[in-house]
Amino acid sequence: MAEFYGLRVNGTNREVVDAQLGESLLFVLRERLGLLGTKGACEQGECGSCSVLLDGELVCACLVLAAAQSGREIITIEGVSPSGVSTDVQQAFVEAGAVQCGFCTPGLVMAAHSLLERVPNPTDTEIREELSGNICRCTGYGRLIQAVADVARVRLSNGVSRD
Amino acid sequence: MAVSVPTSLAEAVSLLSGAPDSVVLAGGTDLMVEANSGHRQIASVIAIDRVPELRTWGVDVVRRNLWIGSGVPYSTVMQPGIASLVPALAQASRTVGSPQIRHVGTIGGNLGTCSPAGDTLPVLAALDARVHLASVSGERSVGFDEFMVGVKRTSRRPDELITGVTIPILNGWQGYSKVGVRNAMVIATASSCLAVDTDGRSVRIGLGSVGPVIIRCGEAEQWISGRVDWSELSVSNADVDEFGLRCGAAARPIDDHRSTAAYRRRAVEVLAARQLRRAFPNG
Ligand SMILES: Cc1cc2nc3c(=O)[nH]c(=O)nc-3n(C[C@H](O)[C@H](O)[C@H](O)COP(=O)(O)OP(=O)(O)OC[C@H]3O[C@@H](n4cnc5c(N)ncnc54)[C@H](O)[C@@H]3O)c2cc1C
Repeated sequence: MAEFYGLRVNGTNREVVDAQLGESLLFVLRERLGLLGTKGACEQGECGSCSVLLDGELVCACLVLAAAQSGREIITIEGVSPSGVSTDVQQAFVEAGAVQCGFCTPGLVMAAHSLLERVPNPTDTEIREELSGNICRCTGYGRLIQAVADVARVRLSNGVSRD
Repeated sequence: MAVSVPTSLAEAVSLLSGAPDSVVLAGGTDLMVEANSGHRQIASVIAIDRVPELRTWGVDVVRRNLWIGSGVPYSTVMQPGIASLVPALAQASRTVGSPQIRHVGTIGGNLGTCSPAGDTLPVLAALDARVHLASVSGERSVGFDEFMVGVKRTSRRPDELITGVTIPILNGWQGYSKVGVRNAMVIATASSCLAVDTDGRSVRIGLGSVGPVIIRCGEAEQWISGRVDWSELSVSNADVDEFGLRCGAAARPIDDHRSTAAYRRRAVEVLAARQLRRAFPNG
């Protein structure tokens, strides 16, 4: 059955056409809306590659039923920096060497932004716990944790909040 | 597949009774895994995550009960509001999955799935929580022990929605412990919730992942409740060890892909003894 519904993605209203209603948000973002930044890997919520913000909360897009999300604000990795200029988190990942193969990076950038938004000065344990839903098989996590801690330090010393 | 998104409890209940073969979708963290893997063909879905009545919690001071709506996610249960009243439930919630899972995964979904490894279930069992259900023909509530009837089997009728749980607020130590292969994102190999009711002078314990349902160790509970020195709040080392063994004996573990029966029995012996010692630090 072909179906039609609207989603609000990165501040824009998008129409989803010819969809099956059982499709996950991950599938719809990538295959129907052409937003390829969100990665799909395990499709069972274990790896965090597909992390997006749904009404401000970090979720695995693979576990979200797309057709039930009309009226909600969805932010994907494409939406964290609409201008195309790297965010402080993205820049810190590059500088800390926290990006290797890059497949987990979009999900981890979403998770890092979400954490720093809520907890501006996280402890090492808080960073580890908050990133525990994102699997990275290259870095061994040390540089990722470093990158997040660096952003927190710089933001606090600049007195900057994100908006 | 058809998808409905009710925005009130009355609407949700009437949708479900009009189409009892529909599946209820809360956070989706169990259901979408099944749907993605093609293990479950779903004809129609009622998504209940915008039903405000299901997303509230509150305290009944007179009955000394905490009400938690079925749609309350783990990330809320972990906050001080609920954690200060039922710390064991907050601890159990913190061990579920990852932040992504805890933001959307709900107590109602844990009850709906009713896996013996469900992390909130030993807590609900040990605390004698009641599960509340609603359908167009009315509301009812059942004790947790009457709700969970087998591995992923409950006494919920297909036309009933789980609306929430009521949990007695106790004076006394309580805690949840879980054994798994790592700290994050792990399904319990064995788990235990111990709760002390100092007013009622009783110790209760619920074991997870060591039987088809959550195991309450009635015999061990009665025995240890009679051995605790309630005026000193102390218990001897020998009794702590014996309590562990009695709880292990009550478990009905099996060998499966996650562990062996022997390991699980030993694990709950250790967890039960350790929790009892934490509850009563004095020997
Ligand atoms: C990566 C990952 C890690 C996980 N880790 C853990 C873990 O550590 N511990 C653990 O216990 N679980 C874990 N789970 C399982 C799952 O997250 C929990 O069982 C969670 O509580 C399910 O809640 P939900 O709201 O997402 O349920 P859903 O998936 O929406 O629903 C689950 C079932 O309950 C039914 N249901 C839901 N709400 C109601 C209601 N109000 N009335 C009637 N029926 C209802 C649904 O129809 C469905 O059958 C994990 C899952 C994933 C994907």
